[in-house]
Amino acid sequence: MNFVTPEIAWAPLTPILIVLGAAAAGVLVESFIKTPATRRVVQLWLSGAALLAALVAVVVQWGGLEGAAGTVVMSGKITVDLQSLAWQLMLLIFAVLSVLLFASKTSDNEESFTALGSVAPGSVEEKLARRAGLQVTEVFPLALFAVGGMMLFTCVTDLIFLFVALELFSLPLYILVALARRRRLLSQEAALKYFLLGAFSSAIFLFGAALVYGATTQIDVAFIGIAIEIVDGRDGMLLLGAVMVIVGLMFKIGAAPFHSWVPDVYQGAPTPVTAFMGAATKAAATAALIRVMYLAFYPLEWELSWMFWAVAILSMALGTVLALVQTDIKRMLAYSAVAHAGFILVAFAGLEAEALAALPFYLLTYGLATIGAFAIITQVRERAEDGGVGAEAVRLGQWAGLGKRSPLLAGAMALFLLSFAGIPLTAGFIGKFEVFSAAVAGGAWILVLIAVIASAVAAFFYVRLIVLMFFTDVPEGAEDSIAVGNEPLSRVVIYLTAIAILVLGILPSGVLELFQESAVFLVIGG
Amino acid sequence: MQSLIWLAIAIPLASAAFLLLAGKRADAWGHWVGVAASSVAFLVGAGALLEMLGESGDHPGMTLTLWEFIPGGDLNVDVGLLVDPLSITFVMLITFVGTLIHFYSVAYMEHDVARRRFFAYLNLFIAAMLLLVLADSFLLLFFGWEGVGLASYLLIGFWNQKNEYATAANKAFVVNRIGDIGLIVAMGMMFAAFGAVDFETVFAQAPEASTATLTAIGLALLLAACGKSAQFPLQSWLGDAMAGPTPVSALIHAATMVTAGVYLIVRSAPIFNGAPDAQLVVAVVGAITLLLGAFIGMAKDDIKKALAASTMSQIGYMMLAAGLGPIGYAFAIFHLVTHGFFKAGMFLGAGSVMHAMNDGVDMRRYGALRGVMTITWVTFGLGWLAILGVPPFSGYWSKDKIIEAAFVGDGWQPWVLGGAALVGAGLTAFYMSRLFFMTFHGKARWNDEVHPHESPLLMTVPMMILAVGSAFLGLFLASGDRFAHFLEPVTGHAEHHDPVIPIPLIIGLTLALVILGAVIAWLKYGRADVPEEAPAGSLATITARNDFFQDSVNRAVFQRPGQHLTRTLVYGDAAIIDGAVNKQARGWARLGEGSRKFQNGQVRSYALTMLVGVVVIALVIVMGA
Repeated sequence: MNFVTPEIAWAPLTPILIVLGAAAAGVLVESFIKTPATRRVVQLWLSGAALLAALVAVVVQWGGLEGAAGTVVMSGKITVDLQSLAWQLMLLIFAVLSVLLFASKTSDNEESFTALGSVAPGSVEEKLARRAGLQVTEVFPLALFAVGGMMLFTCVTDLIFLFVALELFSLPLYILVALARRRRLLSQEAALKYFLLGAFSSAIFLFGAALVYGATTQIDVAFIGIAIEIVDGRDGMLLLGAVMVIVGLMFKIGAAPFHSWVPDVYQGAPTPVTAFMGAATKAAATAALIRVMYLAFYPLEWELSWMFWAVAILSMALGTVLALVQTDIKRMLAYSAVAHAGFILVAFAGLEAEALAALPFYLLTYGLATIGAFAIITQVRERAEDGGVGAEAVRLGQWAGLGKRSPLLAGAMALFLLSFAGIPLTAGFIGKFEVFSAAVAGGAWILVLIAVIASAVAAFFYVRLIVLMFFTDVPEGAEDSIAVGNEPLSRVVIYLTAIAILVLGILPSGVLELFQESAVFLVIGG
Repeated sequence: MQSLIWLAIAIPLASAAFLLLAGKRADAWGHWVGVAASSVAFLVGAGALLEMLGESGDHPGMTLTLWEFIPGGDLNVDVGLLVDPLSITFVMLITFVGTLIHFYSVAYMEHDVARRRFFAYLNLFIAAMLLLVLADSFLLLFFGWEGVGLASYLLIGFWNQKNEYATAANKAFVVNRIGDIGLIVAMGMMFAAFGAVDFETVFAQAPEASTATLTAIGLALLLAACGKSAQFPLQSWLGDAMAGPTPVSALIHAATMVTAGVYLIVRSAPIFNGAPDAQLVVAVVGAITLLLGAFIGMAKDDIKKALAASTMSQIGYMMLAAGLGPIGYAFAIFHLVTHGFFKAGMFLGAGSVMHAMNDGVDMRRYGALRGVMTITWVTFGLGWLAILGVPPFSGYWSKDKIIEAAFVGDGWQPWVLGGAALVGAGLTAFYMSRLFFMTFHGKARWNDEVHPHESPLLMTVPMMILAVGSAFLGLFLASGDRFAHFLEPVTGHAEHHDPVIPIPLIIGLTLALVILGAVIAWLKYGRADVPEEAPAGSLATITARNDFFQDSVNRAVFQRPGQHLTRTLVYGDAAIIDGAVNKQARGWARLGEGSRKFQNGQVRSYALTMLVGVVVIALVIVMGA
């Protein structure tokens, strides 16, 4: 048996290689630099530099394509086209912001991550590790691996390779979720749940891929599409396979009924990790779902539309309704993320070309607001017994009167919430508008109507928090219970995202044009 | 200079902004900045006037387009200024009287801690008022219109630490809002009928429009004019507006802002010319107000409120004239100018008296001030002679022309309108003489703590200048119909009509009534003793003292029903709309509580949820295919 070595065009992979290379280098740093403090600085600069270099590489490639749709890499297993470059650009922006949050420290010089992941919560070893100044600096290379996996996820065109990329970005995330500095049991429980359910969904995905292969004898997404058209093989095996592949991706997007992990994981994970996951995982999974749907399963659009409608409506309804009754701000935003997963799926109605520009814009606005909102959550903390800075104040009641304590933070939070709600002059409005118009173009105006109603109901709990922050007084005796952080790195992230939300809300045309330019696939025939 | 006329608006505006922002460090000299800004505005206006007088041709003046303001699909509005005889007349009146009052205020407000802010507001007023009269479209005029409303509000409530003053400011603001709706509605109708709101287009198309349209627009404009100029039935705010510092009353609530309604009517002449019914309503409103104001003026003991009532009455004359059409426009503006001088002069005189009397305003506590305040007495006296219409003082030339014009026409109109104007002249003579005699003649009725003295030169010199104007401006402008010819390009040429009774007879009757009024006043208030406490008075006196119960009428007719309406609406909002919203919100919350059960924290049930989801979807799709 002869194996033909595939020809690989390395150049288009540069951004991914930079990120993954830096991740590997980060692992070496872990082994060779002993002092935790030095290691942390080196890791931070390494990951920051790698992400920025990758960002530059993506931009250079975009410019280099000059009207061409993209480049085929590795015999059609990977296609770097404008669509995937747009997603990679977005992922890198999210990653840069998240890494800044990862590195942010409170005024007590305390990180968001535990001192040593392997010790039991509350044990003597944990205290010793903290006293010794240990730090889990592995979070930086782990994050880089995840980013690299996600970037790969946006451009692979082969179901097996897609699975590999899926695992590549999922495994580091499972670990990251377990590393919270406080409420460690909750964090570890969340990680385990995430891992188990993630494995379950991966299995479903892989099983689906096998069934699709069985029905079409193809694993390349473009060939699957052609095969379905030619053989007209709409038998049960193909449909079942398609459904299962899509379910695997919807799990990562966090759509109901595959959303059960979202609230627990969002709540348990260290908040910077939640911010990163909330923004980036959703974006990467959406990118992959677009590729699979538009290239492989488009002939099944009529059969699958029922699934998209059902899942979208269920996600919007469940996410919205459950967010209404949450008392924990992270859980509330988690359910809001489920509802947003529904809004994302609305755009898939009809598989219109408009969605190819609308979805990246929507995910960009949603991701920026998510990172900003969670960054603010890291800044609102309880005051510890000894007067120091305690855990994050996640109960909604603790946010009462934040507008007086810190007008800037509360103002930024209000902006993010309004953007989530889709109020005009924020980026969220333009995003929703684009997504809904894509669905209307696909003839799904009833779905859009439901989505609009869901947005209206959702506005309630967003505005409730705004009312709480600005129009409710701090309860008596609780004036000193909240410590508002002023961490420079987090502040930078908050202000940058707030400005971006405003700019994208008022002057969205430049970015919209960019995404419209990228609304093309490179479909390969060989 | 005409092309630089925008400086007259920009400089006071910039000065106002500067004074407001400069903070305490400008307290010592800020008022001189205000005075300088107003003076420069006057010089710019004077330059423009001289340039215009040097021009020949039918239409002196120019339109100056500054920038595109609202470039819209159907509606394009440019910011443009219209310099013509009418607007330049106002520019001169506003800046000249305004500058004098700025000087006066330097002394009058000397001991006020917020003097800098006062001058900022005065400058703001000058800028807004100039914008109002120089605008070349109704929309831009509206900006000025609101600007003067704002300045008026700020200045009436300048001493807002007193609750009633703040209330007076609110009252003026609210009543003016009602009038403003008229202007907005008028603009809407203009846009609907002509597709534009600039003077040029609207006035060019007005002759072709239907009478009904023009009448509707005219009445809406009249509503606006009534609000701003305190005409019946929106006159109730002017008396309370006297809460502001006296220079403000002189400038805004006597000489300039309150005459903006007259300006609006005269400026909109092409609209009213095509709507005789609207014109008649204007004239009738003017006639009613001039009598109403005169009656109120007869009963007031507060010197400023009496002057305010007189202002209302005199503007009634102007409205009456403006409602007479082309034969009255020029006289309306003429009387407006002379009134601006003599009324501002008398208000400043009243301020001077109050200055001397420890801010007391009750005329029953005045008396015999002639001896201690000679300059004030002389200047006030010239204003008094002018408003009475005694020849050859200013008021005679302008008011007499209005009375003559009111007697022109057919049917009942000349008799009613002319009769009202004629009677009004007699009443004016009575209440102004009453005011004059009660203040300056008779016995001294002031307390021991009061030591009247003449005001400083900074206050008396402006009064003297205005007194000169009160005395001679009318004669100067009337000789050879100089002013009417100057305004002709705007107001149109008035055909000569003969009044229903001969002119000499009208003049004779008027003078007879004036003398009669003055003599009665002298007998009652000059020669006889004035009781220090107001006597109970007849029903008529009480009615007039209480402004014809205007406040009570407003309360019963508008405020109470309005309150009931809003209460009903609030209840409906809470019970029906909010009720529905809250109920369904509670429903959502209950739904949420219910679905929460599925999120029980157990990973096996999570996995089961997923599995059920996959199976159901797969079954439906595979079976369905």
